[in-house]
Amino acid sequence: MDNPVFAEIQSHIDSAPVMLFMKGTPMFPQCGFSARVIQILKHTGVPFKSVNVLEDPEIRDGIKAFSNWPTIPQLYVKGEFIGGCDIVTEMYQTGELQTLLTEKGITHDAAA
Amino acid sequence: MAMPASEIEALIKAAFPDATITIEDLAGDNDHFAATIVSEAFRGIPRVRQHQLVYAALQGRMGGELHALALQTAVPE
Repeated sequence: MDNPVFAEIQSHIDSAPVMLFMKGTPMFPQCGFSARVIQILKHTGVPFKSVNVLEDPEIRDGIKAFSNWPTIPQLYVKGEFIGGCDIVTEMYQTGELQTLLTEKGITHDAAA
Repeated sequence: MAMPASEIEALIKAAFPDATITIEDLAGDNDHFAATIVSEAFRGIPRVRQHQLVYAALQGRMGGELHALALQTAVPE
């Protein structure tokens, strides 16, 4: 935790059970990959919060080192890094994402 | 900001010598790829970690000169 922005990133992650670091906002995603994850989260009906990394270059850069993950979007569930667009998509298609939410006790639309 | 598929494949092959690698140039622009990598190295490892290993093999190019690489990793059947 030597990077000062890491504490800020951690506090974002701690602020919601489901936290998405993305480009743009859920209403106006500014990247196709972020848009796809938003679409999936909406399908599952899970409440989530998001951080627009385009508004904060330090978080945009810092989150890559923080998660050891080179791209955005990045999804966290209950403080755990889940993955980016590919993994979230794959987990949604196999039903793993919905199972994970259930296991973590996060209310969502189980029929999604 | 582009990287030929052969270069991506070479970097991945160097890190996972046993891997079967399929790379598709999605837009024909050397910038948007989809890769499927099948290797024993992924056995028993969570998916996030598998992808992190691939990103490590790409030595920082992912997110930089390599804009989009959709990843799918698997172990041999």
